[in-house]
Amino acid sequence: MNARHFALPTLSMRFVHVWRRNLLVWRKLAIPSMLGNLADPMIFLFGLGYGLGAMMPAVQGVPYIAFLAGGMVVSSTMYAATFEALYSAFSRMHQQKTWEGILNAPILLEDVILGELVWATTKATLSGVAILAVVTVLGFATPKFALPLLFVIVLTGLAFAALGLAMNALAPNYDFFMYYFTLVITPTSLISGVFFPIDQLPAALHWAASILPLYHAVALARPLMLGEVPSNILLHLAVPVIYACVGFYVALVLTRRRLLQ
Amino acid sequence: MISRTEGGSIVLSVAGLRKRYGGEEVVAGIDFEVQAGECFGLLGPNGAGKTTTLKLALGLIDPDEGRIRLLGRPVPEEAREARQKVGVVPQFDNLDPDFTASENLQVYGRYFGLKKSEIEARIPQLLEFAGIANRGAGKIQTLSGGMKRRLTLARALVNDPEVIFMDEPTTGLDPQARHLIWERLKRLKQDGKTLLLTTHFMEEAERLCSRLVIMDKGRIIALGSPRELISKHIEPNVVEVHGPGFEAWTETVRKLAARVEIAGETAFCYAIDEEPVVASLKSQPQLTYLHRPANLEDVFLKLTGRDLRD
Repeated sequence: MNARHFALPTLSMRFVHVWRRNLLVWRKLAIPSMLGNLADPMIFLFGLGYGLGAMMPAVQGVPYIAFLAGGMVVSSTMYAATFEALYSAFSRMHQQKTWEGILNAPILLEDVILGELVWATTKATLSGVAILAVVTVLGFATPKFALPLLFVIVLTGLAFAALGLAMNALAPNYDFFMYYFTLVITPTSLISGVFFPIDQLPAALHWAASILPLYHAVALARPLMLGEVPSNILLHLAVPVIYACVGFYVALVLTRRRLLQ
Repeated sequence: MISRTEGGSIVLSVAGLRKRYGGEEVVAGIDFEVQAGECFGLLGPNGAGKTTTLKLALGLIDPDEGRIRLLGRPVPEEAREARQKVGVVPQFDNLDPDFTASENLQVYGRYFGLKKSEIEARIPQLLEFAGIANRGAGKIQTLSGGMKRRLTLARALVNDPEVIFMDEPTTGLDPQARHLIWERLKRLKQDGKTLLLTTHFMEEAERLCSRLVIMDKGRIIALGSPRELISKHIEPNVVEVHGPGFEAWTETVRKLAARVEIAGETAFCYAIDEEPVVASLKSQPQLTYLHRPANLEDVFLKLTGRDLRD
């Protein structure tokens, strides 16, 4: 690792070329990809929402399925961003050597990483918005704050795409990602208030959740979907923004170390 | 701005270049200049530092020491700008498997900031150059190895580069495919493009390169045109001899040939005048021999040795 690996990125619109490349591939498989992305969270939402929900009184004053919907929108955004930034980006970086080809052109690694970040966020946003649309149509959420919700979904996508790209830079092979899912993503989804309110968790877990981006995304998305204005908005926005910015920089430094020496 | 010398403009200059990995110096202080319009070769056994030199020159990795100028720009500082007019053929094809041949060219052209109409206008001639004029809509997986290699070469031309970097352009191709690539490279030379290629095929270097360097263990050990290198380093004739009892015979010709080298089961006799050597073989019907002019491979093996490098 040398000093130039730590240089701050020079950002430019060149990232759009990388983003458009991924878009062109995706357009060929858009329908199965969308269905795949949508099916999993829907099964969870209705399975748990109706199944568990039937045994439960209202949670925080709303039916369980309406409570769960707020968590599912941002957690499926997290999953979509993570999958894209891990498996798909790894294929392009390591397997197909697509990045290597791009870097031979007048494109910098920061353009590639930013292009991948925005792309993973785009796919994650499509996922989150699709679920939001379904639960809104079914009456479990109100369309009143649709625009702020879109913003929360994008932010969630950025934070987890950036984290995923940092992991991608460290991965020796696909199996490595299993650890990240098992040790980071799954616990994150369990303690961030997606499935149940976290007040009932021990204080230590509560504290751990509060430094995770998903917790803050849930804290914004759930009230917005119920037509309420969230509290502590600035804090809840700041944490995912920090994850996105720091994650992007760490991903860039680690990928420079991996590819440019 | 491209600096000028009597020989024409300098496309790439490298001075005092060093790159270390761990404790090992992969590029150990090299200097060379590539002039506009020439085909310049980097020859060397595996691990000689050829690919690292190309990557350093493109600004993809940073040197530990040394100065690089590519198309008048300092590298790595302005490498991105310099690459605007460079084409690269990597050692291993990295065409996009999700795209058709045409889409590969289209998408790659965008990386240079070219307009859609500009790229589209060039696609037919690039496909023609690749010899796959009617396969533009075909998936990459349906193309043969030779076709993929030529498409990779065509992709490197999408930005109409002044100089093309090629890392082992014909490795892994069959003779027909290799000859077709050579014809394409000659066409590029005629069009005035500067070519910089690495290879370990001596025949390729001898046919294509106007000048070349032989690298070994990160150093340049010889520089010149193929002919200069042959005449400077080696006798013009070679007689290769093998068969039962060749060692005993070899002892008798040591004074007839300028130099005799034994490698495994073969004696290589290098001579200015090969007649006495060939004459002495007449009485040895059990020996098989081949008389041929010396070539670059002889120079290469003399300078880098016959030991395996893997």
